Formats: sequence, structure tokens, C-alpha cells
Amino acid sequence: MSISDWFKAREARRYTVVNGERAAGSDVPDGVWSKCSACKRIVYEGQLVENLRVCPHCGHNFDLTAFERIGVLSDPGSFVEFDAGVGSTDPLCFTAAKSYTESLDSARERCGLPEGVVVGRATIGGHPVVLGAMDFRFIGASMGSAVGEKIARAFELAIDERRAMVLCTASGGARMQEGMLSLMQMAKTSAAARRLAEARLPYISVLTNPTMGGVTASFAVLADVVLAEPGALIGFAGPRVIEQTIKQHLPKGFQSSEYLLEHGMVDEVVPRGQLTARVTTHDATPCDGVRAAARRARSQAGGTAANRPHNEPGACGRGRRPGR
Amino acid sequence: MAEVAALADELEALRESTYADLSAWERVQISRHPDRPKAQDYLAAIFTDVVELHGDRAYSDDEAIVAALATVDGHRVAVLGHRKGKNTRENIARNFGMAHPEGFRKAMRVMRLADKFGLPLVTLIDTPGAFPGIEAEERGQAWAIAESLALLSGLRVPVVAVGIGEGGSGGALAIGFGDRLIMLENSYYSVISPEACASILHKDAGMAAEVATCLAMTATDLVGLGIVDEIIGEPLGGAHRQPEEVFGVVRERISAALHALAGADPDELVRSRYAKIRAIGVIDEGSG
Repeated sequence: MSISDWFKAREARRYTVVNGERAAGSDVPDGVWSKCSACKRIVYEGQLVENLRVCPHCGHNFDLTAFERIGVLSDPGSFVEFDAGVGSTDPLCFTAAKSYTESLDSARERCGLPEGVVVGRATIGGHPVVLGAMDFRFIGASMGSAVGEKIARAFELAIDERRAMVLCTASGGARMQEGMLSLMQMAKTSAAARRLAEARLPYISVLTNPTMGGVTASFAVLADVVLAEPGALIGFAGPRVIEQTIKQHLPKGFQSSEYLLEHGMVDEVVPRGQLTARVTTHDATPCDGVRAAARRARSQAGGTAANRPHNEPGACGRGRRPGR
Repeated sequence: MAEVAALADELEALRESTYADLSAWERVQISRHPDRPKAQDYLAAIFTDVVELHGDRAYSDDEAIVAALATVDGHRVAVLGHRKGKNTRENIARNFGMAHPEGFRKAMRVMRLADKFGLPLVTLIDTPGAFPGIEAEERGQAWAIAESLALLSGLRVPVVAVGIGEGGSGGALAIGFGDRLIMLENSYYSVISPEACASILHKDAGMAAEVATCLAMTATDLVGLGIVDEIIGEPLGGAHRQPEEVFGVVRERISAALHALAGADPDELVRSRYAKIRAIGVIDEGSG
């Protein structure tokens, strides 16, 4: 050990003792501490998990994986995934700096997921829903054929089983490696969202950091109630693109959840800890009405509501009823 | 004299060989040619009884979108288009064909009007994209596009979309799909501009030519992917060389598409449009 090493060791120990949360010395095992990207302070992982991955010092929301998000939102043990194996292929044989196939492979290995979105049936506060969450680690949870398909199927399942729809978004936008096939997913998912609306079923979206481009400009904002997590970046064009186009600096807080609330684009900015309660409140009111209507329709026709056309009386809580 | 004729022949042969097999990037450049016929040229040349409609009834009139009621070959229709200018002054007023949210909201107003009065909708696609700016974001660019997509997907009237120039991403798609999607030979339709894609993936916008091929954005590529229904050929060198000829063919094709869709049951139209969009994409079902 050289003299300088001796001083280094002492330095690290001193920080450990004096400022507990700053102890990130190499003698601490990996994964025990995390650094907050907003306030740069070090947080004990156990405390972070308990706090739903919200920084206890500054309230910054750490990114959640799709399954972490589902864990935060759904009733314990209620989530059952569907279309778990559906993933994108490389239909255009797209190669830029690296091939799309390589990107897909490495994303799959890194995340343990076949695609950037996870969808399934679940209950939230006892309410049956179709729940989806996007995983930003997977090529920025960009929307290609598979993400679009899974989202569209999720809407269709919600219609068939007359469940409410809850989607937590996080995405860089359309997946350019699939070219126009990606862009058309915006039309596909928006059309599917419209069908859910026609079936008079509630849809709540939770926009999380970041939700941009083709995902914002399609199914993400077509919800009946649009919630956002604090401090999330949400918008159509990315801040860098805008700066380059208009050659101006952007105002502070531009495209943040709070900024969008101020401009009338989202219903509420909800801290992560209150999200389940908030979704349940919004889900309960319209959905109870719909379920009651569906029950009435079933008892009148002796069939399942899922099989009937959406514009038929009974599908809507406030719709016309036969004999009136 | 013979020498002149020979040179003229040579020139013609050269022109033919130059335009015989254009790359995606070359087509992008033709699609952006300043003299290329614009939406307002088509409106003037192939539609009659044109009544232009203005404003979104909420904020302003976005000149980057043109909206009108008109007649084409005896069909009474509503027309929507992206509107670029022919010169700098016009282009500044029309923001180079890049719409703000109020432009898409104006389009939606006219879509609802078409739906209400059973007028088929004809859209003319020609935009570099929806405008990326502070005001556009503040007024909900993403919201306007998303709502337009949802509305368009559920219109109970025939929708014929024609790509006449640039098909830039979400801003193009907002009025750019329907029961028929027709593209001019040298128009393009893409998820992202080749320059932007190159600067993201290669950190070099100069790689745009290469990226344009990868993105499969030409009419022929898109027929192959099942997105585009038909291609309208252009005169040698592009539509601006003989616009009258192009107007004639475009009118004919729009009219044929409207004729084929006329009298269709509205529910069936919405169902088949959904089925059409729903089928686009290539996925691996996996083992799960």
C-alpha cells in the first residue's frame, strides 16, 4: 500500500461516517445503494424499494421496469400476462450503426422481455382491468409492430371482457427501425382506442417519464382520464429537435407533467404513492355504471355483452333501453 | 442540324437512364422539388365547385392545412390537404406545410362535417411533418394528432388518401390513411425523415441517402409492405415536368376509388378500415 492509497481509504471512511447517505465506497456491495439522477444523493436500495422507487430526498421518480410498474399498480398476485411471447422481428432487415436484429437481441437479453410492453389481466383495488406497462429499457419502449399489436389486442380484450383499460406509458416514440410499419401502429392503436370508447368502457392512461412522439400522438392521450407522474417528460417532438428547429432555448420545465397540467393537457399529476388510489377512484365511477348496464343487457338478451355490437342498446350505461 | 438532333436524342436517352431507376433518396428530393404540384394545384386543377373552409373554431386558421368542399368527377366530397407554398413568402405563411395543432383540429372539424353529410373524404398528403415548436407543444400537438387518427379511423364515409409529395411521420398520418391509400411514384411516406434518422443512428445527417433506402419509404416499398394500395406513375423527371398529365391521372384514380367505395354500408366501411389497419405489422407470436 502506497502512502496515497492510505489517504484514499481514510477519505472514503470519513465520508461514510459523516454523511451516511453518501457512502458509495468500493467496499459496499453492488446494488445496495443507488444514486438519484436528480439530486445526486445516494439512496439505500431497501429504502428506495419501500418508497416505490421515489427518491426520499428530492421526490424524483426513478424509472420503473414494466413489471415493477405492474407491481406498484395492481392488486398483489392479480396480474396474469397475455401475449407474453409476442415480439418484433426485423422485417426491413434494417441496419444502421448496428443491425436491428442485434438491438432486439441485446434488449431481450438485458431486460428478459421479448418486447417493450407487457400487457395482461389484473385487478386494481378489486376492479377487473386490462393493464399494460411499457418498459423504457427495451429500445426506449419504442412502438414497432409488436408493441402496436399488443396494445391493440389489449384494447380488444378489454372490449370482449368488458374490462376497464389502464395503460402506463413510457416511450421514445415510433420505432424507426421498422419504418412505416411503426408509423401505422399509431393508426392501429388509435383505432383500437376509439373502439373501446365506442363500447363505453373507461380508459385511464398514466404517462410516465418519458412519453414522446408516436406513442403520445396515439393511444397514450386518447384516454378518458390522463394522469401523469410528477416531473415526467411528455410531448410530441423531443426538446432537442425543437431547439434545433426554432433556434431558441426552451423555457424551464417545458414538456414536464406540471407544464402540461398548466396547459390543460393532462387531468392530474399524481405522485407514485397515490397512483393506485387515484386510478381506482377514476375507474370505479364510470366502470360500475358500465358493468351494471352490461349485466342488465345480459339478463335481457340472455347472451354475453361481448358478442353484441357496441351501438346496441344496453352497451351504454346511459343508452336507450328496449321498451322505452 | 443532324448533330443537334443526335444531341437531343442523347439527352433524352440520358434523361431516361437517369430517371429509370431512382434511389429512395433521389425520390425524396423529387418529392421536395419546389415546382412539384402542391395540394392547392390539385384542388384547382381536378376539383370544381371548391368552397374553402377556414379555422378550427378554437384558436386560429392554420394555413398549413387546406380544407374544402368540392366536386371531383361528379362526386361531391370534402377535401383535406397539407398545404406548402410555392415561394418563400407563401411558405412562411404556411409554415412549409408543417401544421400546428389547430391545423389538425381544423381537419377534424371538416372530417366531422364530411361524416355528418355523408361526403366522402379525399386527403392530399404533402408535409415534412407536424411542426416541432414551443407553441405546438403547448397547444397539444400530440393530442391533436391522436384525436385525428381516432376520428379518421371511425368515419362512416369513404376515405381516399393520396400521397402527392412528402409523407412526413405523424403529421402526414393524421390525415393520411383511409380505405384507399394511393401514392405518386416519387412521393414518400416515412416514420421519420431520412436526415433525422441518420443523425440519430449515425450521428451524421449526411448518411440520409443510405438511411432512406433502409427505411423502405418509397411507394413501391410500401405496396410490398401492404400499406399502400396503388401507385400513380409520374412523367419522366417528376410530376412538375408535366403537371397536366399528372392531374388527369390523379383525378381518374380518385374518381375510380370513390366509385368503388360509393354506396358501401357505413358500418362495413368502418369495419373494413379497421381490419385493414389492424393487419399492418410483422410480428413473431413467440412461445408465450
